[in-house]
Amino acid sequence: MSPLVLAYLALLGALASAALSLGAERYPGLLRYGSFALLGASGICAVLGGAWVLLSGGRHSAELALGLPWLGWQLAFDPLSGFFLIIVGLLVGAVSLYGPGYMRGYLHRRRRESLVALGTATGLFVAGMYLVLLAADAFVFMVAWELMSVASYFLVAYQHQHAANRRAALLYLLMAHVGALAILLGFGVLAAKGNGFTFEAMRAATLSPTWASIAFALAFFGYGMKAGMVPLHVWLPEAHPVAPSHISALMSGVMLKVAIYGLVRFCFDLLGELQWQWGMTVLVIGAASALLGVLYALMQHDLKRLLAYHSVENIGIILMGLGLSIIFLANDHQVAGILAMLAALYHTLNHALFKGLLFLGAGAVLHSSHEADLNNMGGLIRRMPHTALYFLVGCLAISGLPPLNGFVSEWLTFQATLQAPVLASGVLRSILPVTAAVLALSAALAAACFVKVYGVAFLGQARSRHTKRAREVEIGMRAAMAALALLCVLFGVFPTTVIGALGSIPLMLVGQGPPSATTEGWLWLTPISPEIASYSAPLVALALVATALVFLFVRWRALPRRRAYPWECGFGEVNPRMQYTATAFSMPIRRIFAPVWDVEERIEESADSVQPAQVASIRHQLHIHDRSWLRIYEPIGRLVITAARRVGRIQTGSIHAYLVYSFLTLLLLLWVVT
Amino acid sequence: MIGWAMAAVQCLLFVATAPLFAGWIKRVKCRAQNRAAPSLFQPYRDLTKLLRKGVVLAYDASWIFRATPYVVFTTTVLAAAVVPLIALRLPTSAIADVIVLVGFLGLGRFFLALAGMDIGTAFGGMGSSREMMIGALAEPVLLMTVFTLAMSASTTNLSEAVSFTLHGGLVIRPSFLFALVGLMMVAVAETGRIPIDNPATHLELTMVHEAMILEYSGRYLALLEWASMIKLMVYFVLIANIFAPWGIASTTTPTTLALGVLAIALKLMLLGIVLVLWETVMAKMRLFRVPQYLGFAFLLSLLGMLTHVILESGGH
Repeated sequence: MSPLVLAYLALLGALASAALSLGAERYPGLLRYGSFALLGASGICAVLGGAWVLLSGGRHSAELALGLPWLGWQLAFDPLSGFFLIIVGLLVGAVSLYGPGYMRGYLHRRRRESLVALGTATGLFVAGMYLVLLAADAFVFMVAWELMSVASYFLVAYQHQHAANRRAALLYLLMAHVGALAILLGFGVLAAKGNGFTFEAMRAATLSPTWASIAFALAFFGYGMKAGMVPLHVWLPEAHPVAPSHISALMSGVMLKVAIYGLVRFCFDLLGELQWQWGMTVLVIGAASALLGVLYALMQHDLKRLLAYHSVENIGIILMGLGLSIIFLANDHQVAGILAMLAALYHTLNHALFKGLLFLGAGAVLHSSHEADLNNMGGLIRRMPHTALYFLVGCLAISGLPPLNGFVSEWLTFQATLQAPVLASGVLRSILPVTAAVLALSAALAAACFVKVYGVAFLGQARSRHTKRAREVEIGMRAAMAALALLCVLFGVFPTTVIGALGSIPLMLVGQGPPSATTEGWLWLTPISPEIASYSAPLVALALVATALVFLFVRWRALPRRRAYPWECGFGEVNPRMQYTATAFSMPIRRIFAPVWDVEERIEESADSVQPAQVASIRHQLHIHDRSWLRIYEPIGRLVITAARRVGRIQTGSIHAYLVYSFLTLLLLLWVVT
Repeated sequence: MIGWAMAAVQCLLFVATAPLFAGWIKRVKCRAQNRAAPSLFQPYRDLTKLLRKGVVLAYDASWIFRATPYVVFTTTVLAAAVVPLIALRLPTSAIADVIVLVGFLGLGRFFLALAGMDIGTAFGGMGSSREMMIGALAEPVLLMTVFTLAMSASTTNLSEAVSFTLHGGLVIRPSFLFALVGLMMVAVAETGRIPIDNPATHLELTMVHEAMILEYSGRYLALLEWASMIKLMVYFVLIANIFAPWGIASTTTPTTLALGVLAIALKLMLLGIVLVLWETVMAKMRLFRVPQYLGFAFLLSLLGMLTHVILESGGH
């Protein structure tokens, strides 16, 4: 038996789950129990297969008798695919636990016909992601990529009664295809130079630096669009929040990672010789994504939209790691390059876990209180204690605080930027530390953002009737969140073990493993050498747990503890409207970084009818728009419409004219070909 | 084993003397402002009084509110355990480097800000919002200054960085001067001193740190106050030992250790006086002037970094 068998099983499981959902119209139970169980099984197979190949190394190839007559489907399973397959599998497993409970919200609404669409599209979406990771020729890759994109389009458009959702889905489809086109062209460059569509042939291709840069630019544009880097991110905060929450978790947690996989595969594996200018581009765009992503997230008060903007931020951090890796590798500093690559890969894993957890948590809140707006929530820690605990773990992890997993990967990224003095170029030496400062700023702003999220949603008092009546979600949903929260803790506390396991990826891509990260045993993480930097997450966690136990079990002298009402400044009773809202919380930051957003704020005061000097009511309106819409997308949109009008003139509506056009085109093509 | 014992003793010493440092600052400040000064041990008396008192909790307080004093205290003590106080190369300094130290303080701040929002009063939210704003701007400056040092010493391990300056001799590095000023400005902002925040006031509209802990009482308040004294000392020990490490013990003989204690005591007394002078000549800043202050600190630390890259490292 080879690991490929497990990968096939995962693929079949996802397809079978899609097929089984076809009967969900008559038997909704089929979706809730059958499909999700199959998805869960496929997730387990994916994790096992991925772990196997990651730990054993080597590449397992196969050819399926599908596809073009002269090119069967080439599949390959190597440590890089294995690692990403683990990420997909973990999240798919969590979602299959979560899904049945979350589905209940859709069952009661007498819209059963869409359950078929939901189940089938989910299965195909997951199968598409598995297949992208296994593909070893451009043909399968593009087929799988499109399967993933189109299936997720249907999931975004799932609640299509709202016009806004349809618009978001169309935008998503459009941008996904523009990106796919760029990816296809990127493959085209490699295929032309390498005389073949298989990855094997592309690896053998020798490219001139110019052609390599063109291929890189196309691929970076295409994958970056899917991953949601600035300024190609606009579809992301529109599309991710409107899908059902467990799908949002898959899209934000996993689908973006598949795009990162594509970028890593293309740059580090297929393209050959790296150039430091590419690394610089990736690094700068990554830093911009990280900072702008978190700044935009801070201004949101729709919980899922806020989380979607944080995906932009985290993709930025991952891209920074990859950019650093390219810079160091292109300058022949293997150790630092491998360190940066591992930091990026580790953050990819971590982001999948905590973002999945946070989206599932947001879904749980939505499911039980029907509120998506932070400014209507409050006090949920008392109504939903379990969800609140798991969500807190997610918040701490995404804020990059020790001893959780988000901290480890940010720490590694910092360590990689601090290797800048080894570089010969003065420009690089001075730009790298500045990007470290940008990373520090975005991590600190992320912490501010998640204090806002947690403080407004879970603490304080309920701000709406629905929130006051919210109830804890059912056990399956809690189990999914608990599992992801546990993984966030484990991957934070045992980083050395994880780094050791990831070693086979740089071994495959660069030809050398992480030399010293794990030399001091599982207790110590020493990325370069123990003198330069060391971090012992297990000991930090041990110290935290030990002091917690001391405080819990060493009985202090019993002191009276009294409950009372808080002081309300003499205004009668403390009421929920006195609390800081999400908008109020982020106001200082809005004022400091004002030029970043397009802020539209209006305050209308209406005078009292009897005493005109007295203000009867104040109305405050605040709209914050994404500047990239105004600056980039609207001009492009106008350009497209103008061009379409011009082209429209040749559309006469008469079939004869169209026949002439076809004939002329045919002639032209024949002339070009011969 | 002796190393671990030494580390534990040093950490305990750190935690135990933090109120003394706070008392020293208070005393010098009173003298500088022509006021009658309280005893040097007044902070200890305040803490014991608070520790003996019962706690009043709001009806809406959740477990976050009750856990926060312990979390804040623990993370601050962990941060203190990492900083070399009197001796170098203790095993605790390998557990966490300076980035982790910043992470510990960040964890404490995260919980403190959550606790501020837990009751649902306006003051708590105001304090949390402001604290996170100041924290978000101060943290990059802090990291930039320590990165300047880390790149000079090519290590982020605090003990190694201190021994780098210790054995580097009396070399004037321009980057260190920038970093020193940047770090001092951040230390003032992060520990809630004038001109950013005033630890001695409960004036409604200017509170930051005090607004978050307004609802705390008794033992919880004692832990939070103690933690903020330790945090103040962490920053000043960091400044003292990174930029002027002379006197710190490289070996663990009784003489060098005694010398180490004496040296750090002198350095802290001196830094305390500098802080008092700073606080006495400055006026409290309007909240929206704070970004300019921190922006200036950031510029200084960035200049320090660039100076290092351009002047001091020649490439390898």
